[in-house]
Amino acid sequence: MQTRLEAPAVEPRLISQEHQRPAVTAAGLGHRFGELEVIERLDLEVDTGEVVGLVGPSGCGKSTLLELIAGLLDPARGELAVGGETDAEARLARCAYMPQRDLLLPWLAAIDNAALAARNRGASVSAARAEAAPLFSRFGLDGFERSKPSELSGGMRQRVAFLRTLLAGKPVLLLDEPFASLDAITRAEMQEWLAQALAAERRSVVLVTHDVEEALYLCDRVIVLSARPAIAVTALDSPTARRHPREDAVASQGFVELRAQALRALKEGRR
Amino acid sequence: MKRIRRLNSAAPPLRPSGSAIGWLAPAVVVALLIGLWEVAAQWDWLADALNIQPFLIPAPSDVASSLWTDRELLADNAWVTLQEIVLGFALAAVVGVAFALVLHLSDTLRRAFYPLLMASQTVPVIAIAPILVVWFGFGLGPKLVIVALVCFFPITVNTLDGLRSVDPELPRMMRTLDGSRGQILRRVEVPSALPFLLSGAKIAAVVSVIGAVFGEWSGASEGLGHLILVSQSQLQTARVFAAVVVLSALAIGMFGLLSLLERRVAWWRPASA
Repeated sequence: MQTRLEAPAVEPRLISQEHQRPAVTAAGLGHRFGELEVIERLDLEVDTGEVVGLVGPSGCGKSTLLELIAGLLDPARGELAVGGETDAEARLARCAYMPQRDLLLPWLAAIDNAALAARNRGASVSAARAEAAPLFSRFGLDGFERSKPSELSGGMRQRVAFLRTLLAGKPVLLLDEPFASLDAITRAEMQEWLAQALAAERRSVVLVTHDVEEALYLCDRVIVLSARPAIAVTALDSPTARRHPREDAVASQGFVELRAQALRALKEGRR
Repeated sequence: MKRIRRLNSAAPPLRPSGSAIGWLAPAVVVALLIGLWEVAAQWDWLADALNIQPFLIPAPSDVASSLWTDRELLADNAWVTLQEIVLGFALAAVVGVAFALVLHLSDTLRRAFYPLLMASQTVPVIAIAPILVVWFGFGLGPKLVIVALVCFFPITVNTLDGLRSVDPELPRMMRTLDGSRGQILRRVEVPSALPFLLSGAKIAAVVSVIGAVFGEWSGASEGLGHLILVSQSQLQTARVFAAVVVLSALAIGMFGLLSLLERRVAWWRPASA
């Protein structure tokens, strides 16, 4: 599990010319599905290389927010830009979205699942595999390249799904409850693993979760959202936690105070 | 229709159990039934009960001996019927899958053609078979069309259902991975629909034999259906049963081949499972 990741495994494709701008900006963002108000009004700024967590009660529109950023939906109100671009297709080109479920294709081997984006960009099977192969050993998946998803454990499936997201080569990673389906022990392991993976990758990350501890541990900044229709209740800075082993980080005085603040904010936001 | 629904569901494909015990139970039942029939036929119980001549009720042993003595006649006619079945099935598979893809890709066309697709199943094939013979003659043509007609519906409807039952998150995931519409179809939707397609094909394979017999009954000079008609008029009941046994064997053979194919290319559980 303790893989050291110093250099980025995958260089994002659009980052060089855009690294000065904030990766994601939203101003007065609002959305509804028919009569249902999902997001009331949200301002958000994610700097390049920053990891921002969004925490809120279930059904508060967190996933909708990620779909909006990813360009899978267009906002009903307000402004939204990724890498300075507001167009949905341009947002789609800059964002890699890791959905809640791993959504691995059951008929493809793990490596072909991970290499899906390269195949979509026209790479041959062998070229796409060659691109993905080095990451398998790096991410603790050595020897499982040719395994079918059904032969992998839950944690491994999530890692393959994360690899697939990473290999899309986008500057912005959108992670939607990446570990919600895992048991508590695997989840803690995966959080440490993701902390290390993120330390090596120069990506801007928006992480959605309902787990306050996960958000505070992994993210530089955590925004607490209210119940639907969502507004931001508070923002907490927690930039250093993920540089330490998880059990030390979550036990530190500062972390415990932050967690208490976050939980209070969540309660406030329940309305 | 009931059968179509059941095979459509997310349950893993129905397969006979491979163990010896799994085969033993149905074998015992079949052997018992055949034995009972043999005894009833030999002692004229059935003929007495129906008040008909005993020779009209062949014992399984008579059918077996007809299978042997008429083997060339049966084989020649089976070859004709097999061609009708395989070609008609292939025609339905090609047209049905293509039609399902078109209806999947265009909402407008789907709305326009779906009722027609349903209607195609309600047409009593046995009633239009004579018309098709009038149009296409006594050769292979009308049988092919009739077999294709009965195979078309289960293949098309199942394939279309399969394409439409893809987890809606998968195409979205593919879009964030730079997947085009064509790539989503090729890499996600078609593989997802494959188990459904093969379920439909298995149903089609079984009903294709019925279609071929209807086709031959409406006008033919060869084929197992034709042989049944001729043998019946000659009161050769053992030969009628022998032809029926061969027809069943053809259907079971087609079903078995498709089951093998299913295990080979569609071994994963449908995504919704």
